[in-house]
Amino acid sequence: MTKLIIILLSAVFINNYVLSRFLGICPFLGVSKKLDSATGMSLAVIFVMLLATAATYPIQFYLLEPNNLGYLQTIVFILVIAALVQLVEITLKRYIPSLHKSLGVYLPLITTNCAVLGVTILNVQDYPVTETTTFWWGFAQSMINSLGSGLGFLLAMVMFSGVRSAIEANDVPKSFKGLPITLVAAAITSLSFLGFGGVIENLFA
Amino acid sequence: MNTLQNFSKGLVKENPVLVLVLGTCPTLATSTSVTNALGMGAAATVVLLCSNIVISALRKIIPDKVRIPCYIVLIAGFVTAVQMLVKAFAPALDQSLGIYLPLIVVNCIILGRAEMFANKNKVFDSAVDGLGMGAGFTLALVLMATIREVFGNGTFMGMPIPVLSDNHISILTMAPGGFFVFGLLIAAVNKFSKSKPKKKDFGCAGCPSAELCGKAGCDIAKKEAAVND
Repeated sequence: MTKLIIILLSAVFINNYVLSRFLGICPFLGVSKKLDSATGMSLAVIFVMLLATAATYPIQFYLLEPNNLGYLQTIVFILVIAALVQLVEITLKRYIPSLHKSLGVYLPLITTNCAVLGVTILNVQDYPVTETTTFWWGFAQSMINSLGSGLGFLLAMVMFSGVRSAIEANDVPKSFKGLPITLVAAAITSLSFLGFGGVIENLFA
Repeated sequence: MNTLQNFSKGLVKENPVLVLVLGTCPTLATSTSVTNALGMGAAATVVLLCSNIVISALRKIIPDKVRIPCYIVLIAGFVTAVQMLVKAFAPALDQSLGIYLPLIVVNCIILGRAEMFANKNKVFDSAVDGLGMGAGFTLALVLMATIREVFGNGTFMGMPIPVLSDNHISILTMAPGGFFVFGLLIAAVNKFSKSKPKKKDFGCAGCPSAELCGKAGCDIAKKEAAVND
């Protein structure tokens, strides 16, 4: 149990996907101008990350590995994620239109989001099924890691949209307008996450 | 457009990283050392070259409606091949690039060139375009990695530099330094580019995957722009 809490907390704070692993930078810079679109995007990312892990983890260990097809990982994962996102979008549109309205627009954007492909590949790498770990334990760890990564993404997006609305009001040098000042602000936001290094280990030591 | 122009536009005028702002994730993540940057640049260039050639050769066969999934499968195939080659011949590079090697699949530069260039042009031109864009990507990566490694670690490709190795600014090799150096570089490009660069704001207008997402994100971006104006 402690192991799972450690995985969750370190995925949120220490190995934050955006701010320390550089995954999912495009939506981080592109959709973080306003708080509500930032939260909408992040919720969609959490949802797709969980779903993608739930689909790709069994595929890796029940389909690819037993048949020595491990090398097909990249192709299979990206196709599964793309198909899954399409399927979810169609389903939501048909059955839960209200949810589709708030999350739907962000879903297709996520297909080519490296954070989602990244989390699925890292999960099968970091929490594999071996002689000593059962499938379900690895699966639980992977799901918790995906949840933590998604929450970390949400945290970074929400924090950063606040930072950006503060920048809007400032007088920025001409050549720094737009992307450069956003990146410098991201650097400072990411600096604040460096402070979490070592916290989790000591918390449960 | 002659061949030379076709090649050189990727280096400076339409540099994929510094002007078009594509492929930010690998740029930030693998520019911690010059060796990593060269490795990443080479791997992406090979994938870009191969995918441009094949997509251009198949441009009349692939039906328009399913072209994006076709491109993704082709690109994923080449990425897998490159991944296996790197694992076999440069295991140290494989270790240091880690997850970013398979993630070349979702690098916008590659899908972007397929969508913007290779599916409209002849095989030879597409190959030249792929090489040029790959070289531009590598150039930007190496430039950024040089700044980060020289000042952040006091070394260049692992060789220590006399004064700097004792007074290095380690933060530059960490995550915040990546964002910071990238911001400075783009500011420098903005400052020194004489002709107003086509202001493709990051996010949607310049996003090659816009087609893929049915421009869903563009509506969000447009709405935000309207609110901000």
